[in-house]
Amino acid sequence: MGDMLTVKDLRVTFLDNNKEALHGISFTMQEGERLGLVGESGSGKTVTAMAITGLIERSRVTVTGDVVFEGMDLHRCSRSQLRSIQGPGMGVVFQEPMNSLNPLIKVGYQVEETLRIHTKKTPEERRKLAIDALDRVGLPNPDEIYSKYPHQLSGGQRQRAMIAAAMVIHPKLLICDEPTTALDVSVQAKILKLLKELSDEYKVGILLISHDLLVVKQLCENVAVMYKGNIVEQGKTLDIFNAPKDEYTRQLMAAIPKRRRHE
Amino acid sequence: MKQYLKNKNFRAGLLITGIMILAILIGLVWTPYDPNAMSGSEKLQGPSGAHLFGTDNFGRDIFSRVIQGAGATFLIAAAAVAIGLIVGLIVGGLTGFYGGVLDEVLMRIADSILAFPSILLALVMIAILGKGKYNIIIALGILFVPSFARIVRTEVAKQKNTDYVRNARLMGASNMRILFLHIMPNIIPVLLSSVAIGFNNAVLSEASMSYLGVGVQPPDPSLGRLLSEAQGYLFQAPWYAIFTGVAIILLILGFGLLADGMGGE
Repeated sequence: MGDMLTVKDLRVTFLDNNKEALHGISFTMQEGERLGLVGESGSGKTVTAMAITGLIERSRVTVTGDVVFEGMDLHRCSRSQLRSIQGPGMGVVFQEPMNSLNPLIKVGYQVEETLRIHTKKTPEERRKLAIDALDRVGLPNPDEIYSKYPHQLSGGQRQRAMIAAAMVIHPKLLICDEPTTALDVSVQAKILKLLKELSDEYKVGILLISHDLLVVKQLCENVAVMYKGNIVEQGKTLDIFNAPKDEYTRQLMAAIPKRRRHE
Repeated sequence: MKQYLKNKNFRAGLLITGIMILAILIGLVWTPYDPNAMSGSEKLQGPSGAHLFGTDNFGRDIFSRVIQGAGATFLIAAAAVAIGLIVGLIVGGLTGFYGGVLDEVLMRIADSILAFPSILLALVMIAILGKGKYNIIIALGILFVPSFARIVRTEVAKQKNTDYVRNARLMGASNMRILFLHIMPNIIPVLLSSVAIGFNNAVLSEASMSYLGVGVQPPDPSLGRLLSEAQGYLFQAPWYAIFTGVAIILLILGFGLLADGMGGE
C-alpha cells in the first residue's frame, strides 16, 4: 500500500495578524491508517485539518508546503479539481453534531448529498445507499431516520448520521475533528468503536483530532503530538504511551487523571 | 407554522389578512356595482342597504371601489416587495457569501439609497420614469432592495461559517449550490417577518403616492386615490374617508400582526 496522504512542511499564516499558526509540519498516512493528532487548544490541530481539507479560507490565510492526497497536490489544483477529488476522497465529522447537519434539510437528503454531486445514480439507488449507510452506522429504523429532520435525533444519533453522510461514498480518508467531545462517555465509546469497525471494513484512513490522549489510544495505531504549531513527537501510539520522549508529551500524559489511565 | 399559530397576534393577523385577501379576491371577479359606473341621482349618499359604504360625489358605489382599490394597492405592494425581495436575495446572498470588494461596493450603494427618505426617492424615480401603476411598482421595488439585501447579507454571513456549510463544501457542493440550497432555506424564517413589514411599508407608500397623484391614475381606484378624493368631501360624506381609511388600517394591521407574531417568539 502506498502513501495516501503526504503533508510536507505545511505552514499556515493568518493574514490579519501575520501570525504563523503552523511552523512547517510533516507527516504521511498510509491507506487505511489511523492517525491521531493530539495537542492542547490552539496547538494547530484543527488548522492542520482545515488545511488538508482545503476548507481554510484562502483569502484569510497563506498556506505553503505540500498536501498531496492520492497523488494530487491540493494547494496547486483548481477549485473544481479540488471538489472532484475531495468530495469522493475525504469525509469529515465535526465536533458539534448539533451544528454539522443542516437543520432544515431532512437527514436522508443530506446523507445523499455526496452521491448527488459526484455520481450519476438514480434517486432510488441513492435512497437505497443512504439507508444502507444509516443502517451500517447502527441507527435503528434507518427508513424512518431517512425522512426525519436533525432536531428529531439525539446527539449520538446525529453524530452517527454525520458519519453515515461522510461514509456513504466510501472515502479514502475520514477526518474526525473531536468527534466525541460533545457526547457523553457511554456514547463516546460506541462511536469510537463504530469508527474503528468502519475503518477496518472499508479500509478508510482516519485522521482523528483530539485533545484526549485516551480517545486517540482507543482508536489509532499512530499518533502525532502537536504543540504550538509543531509536531513535537510522532510514532506508534503504544511506544509513545510507554516511553514518551518529548517533555511536552510527558506533561500531557501526566495530565491524564490516574483513574482513567488504564482504560 | 405550528409554533406561530400559538401566538395570539399571529392568529389575529391571519384572520384579518385572510378576510382582506378574501374580499380582494372576490372583488377581482365580482363587485356589487361597477366601481367606475356613475349615477347622477345617487351622489354622496350615506351607507344604506343598497350602498353598503354609501356613494361618492359621482354616485359611484364606495364599497365596490374600496374592494377594487384594496386589490390594486395589494397587487402593487406585493409586486414591489417581490422585486425588492428577489433582487435583495441575490445581492445580499452574493455580498454575504463572497464578501470582499463586491460586498463593499454594493453595500455602500445600499447605504446611500437608505440615506434618503424613501418617499422622496420614489418621487424622484417617478419623475424620471413617469406616472402610473407599473412605474410605482418599479420605483418601490428598487427602494426595497437595500433593506432586504442587508438582512440577507447578515444572515448569509452568519450561516457561512457553520459546520454544515463547511461539510457541504467538503462534499464538493459548488458555491451556488451551497448558497441557494444549503444556506437560503435557513434564512427564510428571519426574512418572513421583514417581508410582512416591507409589505406594510409598500401599502403605505402606494397610498401616499397615489394620494399625491403620481400613482394609480383616474378613474381606476386604489386606496390612496380614494383617500385623496374623499378629502374634498370630509364633512359632507365622512363615510367615504372613514371606510377607505379602515381598509388601509386593516390591510396594514393584519400584516403587522403577522410580522409581530413571527418575529417575537
